[in-house]
Amino acid sequence: MINKLFGFTGGVTVEHHKAQSTKTPVRRAKIPDTLILPLSQHIGAPAEPVVEMGQCVLKGQKIAKASGYVSAPIHAPTSGTIEAIEKRPIPHPSKMSDTCIVIKPDGKDQWIELENHAEDYQTLDPSKLRNLIRSAGIVGLGGAGFPTFIKHNPGPKGLVDTLIINGAECEPYITCDDMLMRERAQEIICGILVTKHALQAKQCIIAIEDNKPEAIDAIKVAAQKFSDRNIEVMAIPTLYPAGSEKQLIQTVTGKQVPQNNLPIHIGVVCQNVGTTAAVYRAIHHGEPLISRYLTVSGDVVEPCNLEVLFGTPFNEIIDECGGSKDNIRRIIVGGPMMGFAMHELDLPIIKTSNCLLIDAGQSKDLEPRNYSLPCIRCGNCVDVCPISLLPQQLYWYAKSQELAKVQDYNIFDCIECGCCDYVCPSQIPLVQYYRFAKAEIWKQERETQKSDTARNRHEFRTFRLEREKAEKAERHRQKKAALKAGGLAKGGAEKLEANPQKTAILAAMERVKAKKLSQGIAAKNTDNLTEAQKKLVDEADERRRLQRSPQPENEAEIVTKTNKEKSEK
Amino acid sequence: MSLYTPSSPHFHVNNSVTEIMLKVTYALIPGILLYVMFFGFGILFNIILAIITALGCEALMLKIRKRPILQFITDGSALVTAVLLAISIPAIAPWWIIFLGTAFAIIIAKHLYGGLGYNPFNPAMVGYAMLLISFPLQMTTWQLPITLSDNYLGPVDSFLLMFSNTNSASLALDAISGATPLDYLKTQLGLDKQIPYIMQSSETFGLLSGSGFEWISLGFLAGGIWLIKQKIIPWQIPATVLGSLALIAFIFYIIDSNTYASPVFHVFSGAAILGAFFIATDPVSAATTPRGRLYYAAGIGILVYVIRTWGGYPEAIAFAVLIMNMCAPTIDYYTKPKTYGHGK
Repeated sequence: MINKLFGFTGGVTVEHHKAQSTKTPVRRAKIPDTLILPLSQHIGAPAEPVVEMGQCVLKGQKIAKASGYVSAPIHAPTSGTIEAIEKRPIPHPSKMSDTCIVIKPDGKDQWIELENHAEDYQTLDPSKLRNLIRSAGIVGLGGAGFPTFIKHNPGPKGLVDTLIINGAECEPYITCDDMLMRERAQEIICGILVTKHALQAKQCIIAIEDNKPEAIDAIKVAAQKFSDRNIEVMAIPTLYPAGSEKQLIQTVTGKQVPQNNLPIHIGVVCQNVGTTAAVYRAIHHGEPLISRYLTVSGDVVEPCNLEVLFGTPFNEIIDECGGSKDNIRRIIVGGPMMGFAMHELDLPIIKTSNCLLIDAGQSKDLEPRNYSLPCIRCGNCVDVCPISLLPQQLYWYAKSQELAKVQDYNIFDCIECGCCDYVCPSQIPLVQYYRFAKAEIWKQERETQKSDTARNRHEFRTFRLEREKAEKAERHRQKKAALKAGGLAKGGAEKLEANPQKTAILAAMERVKAKKLSQGIAAKNTDNLTEAQKKLVDEADERRRLQRSPQPENEAEIVTKTNKEKSEK
Repeated sequence: MSLYTPSSPHFHVNNSVTEIMLKVTYALIPGILLYVMFFGFGILFNIILAIITALGCEALMLKIRKRPILQFITDGSALVTAVLLAISIPAIAPWWIIFLGTAFAIIIAKHLYGGLGYNPFNPAMVGYAMLLISFPLQMTTWQLPITLSDNYLGPVDSFLLMFSNTNSASLALDAISGATPLDYLKTQLGLDKQIPYIMQSSETFGLLSGSGFEWISLGFLAGGIWLIKQKIIPWQIPATVLGSLALIAFIFYIIDSNTYASPVFHVFSGAAILGAFFIATDPVSAATTPRGRLYYAAGIGILVYVIRTWGGYPEAIAFAVLIMNMCAPTIDYYTKPKTYGHGK
């Protein structure tokens, strides 16, 4: 068991703003009039619809299947009718639209028949468990949305030492994991047992930031019953971004995940508490992932946590919390440090949405910045960077678009936690510069790839044309050489060959001779003719002779003849 | 409907460049007050004139460079440059020294290099170095502290001295000026005298370093510690500057205490404390990597000692800082921290 905490470099202490949304117990949000379910609610390939328009579905019925390994199915959050399968705006920072399945709830909220493994999951093969988790559509609920069953694959070596359950929830305002731990500690612990079995992990550490004493107590009480299962609850210092996977692993184990590797490389798997509770519901109750805890905070009348069905539009949720305090200026999905500001209010909640933060100009902390000054190289950003980057250098090179330099300074290790941006006295939107630089590099790489392909193709074509030309020239040369060589050897014969017309005439004359000869022999059948026959032959010969004789049938000849006669006269 | 969609983070600590610069200025106040106590009001006129010149030049340059004037003139950086330069110049220097130095610092050292954030050298120190090289007489004529002189210069006398080179008591400059402790020590050492003798035979020296001067250093020390507490400056830079200065002074002191002054004398003399807390910590021109800051600061500490002891000038903060400013980009390049996950 690990008892020591290691901590991580950098990090910032932020105002939590967590108390406001934890005053009331979590309640179920009402079923909205329509549910909009984007096919892409996770990292990986979008799901493929398996329902048709107008079809009736039951709660928990699969409406879209996973397409490929890194993908996750989607289930109907309630019973109802499929109203449409069409492009709708989705909660994505790019303001894009994507295919969504729209369900019109029937209000009955009728479950499909479920199959649970509450009793026998420990006898199941880990791969079977993973399949169950996969078909329940479970993805990481901490925000990234990576399909969970993939994380549960310990690989061929199967060397998972530590399962870390992430209950840090370091982002300000967000309290959904906190409330989940307070209210459903038992489910989380049971989910941990399932996950541990699936991973065959030796030990499990539940890491919770020490600003959540109620959650720590609840989890400790729930974990007591399983004291023999190597499950430890660990209060970690409250320091943003303690809940980031890499930083949490470093805090708990003291090890760093090597670059371009997954935590499993160092024998660690990290899983969010919400995901763990979802695993419990999938295995113990057979329920697929159709809802989640969501924090609604900021400038709403009643900040709170709700259990929300996926597909519920933002504005329904805001109404549920008593509406916003003023005209909504900005709506952030996720926390204020890493969340994305969305452009519309009728976008749906998806699997990865953990918080709706409403800014109506009432919270001073959410006040947008007006302008930024030049970087004064104060180095505050260096001190807070949890990855030990040099944010001021990254900014400098990103701004001047020196993309090679940006990569030298390891821009792709940046987790976009926003610490540098948060402390910057010049108020420079640093993260925005890094995102821009990353996007530019990707774009360039795509273009390089494209131009590489084009260049290769062009080079091959040039090569092929050259080769064909050379081959043709070679054939020509060989033929010429052969002709020349043949001519020298045959000498006289060449003269005949040189005049094929003459040869042909000669050959034809030969053939005629031969034919005449053979006809001459054949004509001997006229030798022994009777008198009557002879007479007939003669008559025929006579007729032929007459026909052959020239007769002045031509008018021109007649005219010519007459003229001759006249001139003679 | 389309809402406001800026990039994350949407949450910021409540700080600004202006706030940093103002706090640096506040932190100088205890030292300045002690300065007035021991040396008269001249320093205040220095500061006021420098501030007016600095803001005027700043506004002019911003206008020429077509930058938003209000946004930049309120950032406080010109204010800090002006105050730092003003307290580095003798309080009895004529007005045009202040004007020239400040204008040079703001126009040449700051704006011609791109203004706030782009100047490779500390502008105040560039202004100081230019003045010291161009006008050595005016720049080395320091007034005597009240502990050594009966003539305390009040506001009127200071004003007259600054602008018309006269004063109400018709005192000659010689009567109110003298060598600084560092200067005195250097001259006496040049006459082959030994330090214990020099220290005892002159009233120039106080308990820690120069009489009167040591109090000003203590004032700046207090302000500097407050800045560290406020997290405006990193503690590593002043600690390393003074630490390395003390260390090298200690080594030579041990070797020969007759020729080399004590580490305490070096730390509390001249502008060592002011330089360590207020000048070496200028973020724009200093090294910024955690390790780089240490090398940068150690370089300043060692150079100060080397120039003071073996160089041609009695004080060396400005030269040491400017030399290390030159090295800062290279230091930063070779001291990149190890990125997370990039191996041991």
